[in-house]
Amino acid sequence: MSTFGEVVLRSLCVLIAFLVLPLLVGQTEHKLMAHMQGRLGPMYAGGFHGWAQLVADGVKFTQKEDIVPLAADKPVFRLAPALGIVSYLLALAVIPFGPHLVAAGITGSLLWVLAVGAIGTVGTLMAGWSSGNKYALIGGLRSAAQLVSYEVPLILAAASFAMAAGSFSLVSIAHAWTPWWLLWQLPGAIVFLVAGTAELQRPPFDMPVADSELVMGPWTEYTGLRFALFLLAEYAGIVVVSLVLAVLYLGGWTGPFDHQIGPFWVLLKGFFFAVIILWMRMSWPRLREDQLQRVAWLGLVPLALLQIVLTAAGVVLTT
Amino acid sequence: MTDQDKKGFVPGLLKGMGTTARAMTRHAHTQEYPDVSPQLPPRSRGVIALEESNCTSCMLCARECPDWCIYIDSHKETVPPTTEGGRERKENVLDRFAIDFSLCMYCGICIEVCPFDALFWSPEFEYAETDIRDLLHEKDRLGQWMATVPAPPALDQGAPVDQPEPTESAPSEPQPAQAPDEDPAP
Repeated sequence: MSTFGEVVLRSLCVLIAFLVLPLLVGQTEHKLMAHMQGRLGPMYAGGFHGWAQLVADGVKFTQKEDIVPLAADKPVFRLAPALGIVSYLLALAVIPFGPHLVAAGITGSLLWVLAVGAIGTVGTLMAGWSSGNKYALIGGLRSAAQLVSYEVPLILAAASFAMAAGSFSLVSIAHAWTPWWLLWQLPGAIVFLVAGTAELQRPPFDMPVADSELVMGPWTEYTGLRFALFLLAEYAGIVVVSLVLAVLYLGGWTGPFDHQIGPFWVLLKGFFFAVIILWMRMSWPRLREDQLQRVAWLGLVPLALLQIVLTAAGVVLTT
Repeated sequence: MTDQDKKGFVPGLLKGMGTTARAMTRHAHTQEYPDVSPQLPPRSRGVIALEESNCTSCMLCARECPDWCIYIDSHKETVPPTTEGGRERKENVLDRFAIDFSLCMYCGICIEVCPFDALFWSPEFEYAETDIRDLLHEKDRLGQWMATVPAPPALDQGAPVDQPEPTESAPSEPQPAQAPDEDPAP
């Protein structure tokens, strides 16, 4: 019974983090983007500087009609948003916030994150294919092409961290972290950040949802709560990528007073990467489809391979 | 992609991030309108005010209005002679003066064309209504806007100073520096 209670408690914690952290990132994006564009952003919802804007957005989404197009493949269409949500929920469960503070302590947690993270992209493909809409279909094809290209450097970069630590467990990787990694694993971290952003189809890698040419890509036909789930999945994706990168590259909970405020360090470092992901969106224009592929295959893959060589040399020399 | 583009790729990205970061440190341009009232220029075209005592019901404004949104009704009254043995005089009495702001396009021709300084621009603009019929301002409401008409701009240095006109009829009206040779329409 106590084991069952513990499982429920841990799941509840993950669910709360899953619902709160993406909203924090979303609100940060609202405000950061506004000020970077000389605006104020939301100012009314909730009273103080529009802190409840995303809650209000959520309420609005729930009030909207849930439309399934006549030409859609209905069960697939209905299922697609859930897949994206569930994948990042599962990924969030294994991210450690301290040496023992992890909802699901499994040994191959890095592999787990990469594996379930890839499921979410299947949701996008399903949405694109099942909508019965040419824009959604083209968006789905673009996102398929993009995901195939960027999955490679992402996994290579993750492999570099695993090699450096000699473990697939995020907890062990964070334990093995030393300040030297900041220099040693820098190319890998850059590759992971860029490829992770591209996996999330965030600007500047938002070719699949390019609104000026594809309306909203695979999300074109979605309304109401299902559309909101896609948005939530996108921001949950930012949270997962940022936290994983914080654990891999910045040593997770490592920092001053980490016995007392270890989880705080993980959140702070994750927030740092989340802000960079948002900042990239606000500063750079969207890549064309061919430029997108060029960045992946001619930029990130060689860099990731170089990082693997560098990591291998480092591991061999120091052990 | 040419070599020149390649050279500028990463510096260009960093420059973009620098630009957005700098913009973030500056103050936002947003006007928080309902909370902070805007600093409008003094001659903003907000609403048209009527100085009723100056109006002679000459109808010039109503005739010149491009979308015919000014309604004037008047009648003539006979004024007894002021001196013994004098002649009776006829005088126009304004019954109704209304501007329909749902039709008005704020061109200001009525104000330009008025030869008796009865119409003025006021910068007040917050008179939206939920019913379009309430945008028809009758003369008492148009008269209330007179309090918000700003003083006319000061004359330029060296401008010829006119003799002050004796205006007993206008109690507190601003004295616009108007061009006297305005041709009131063919």
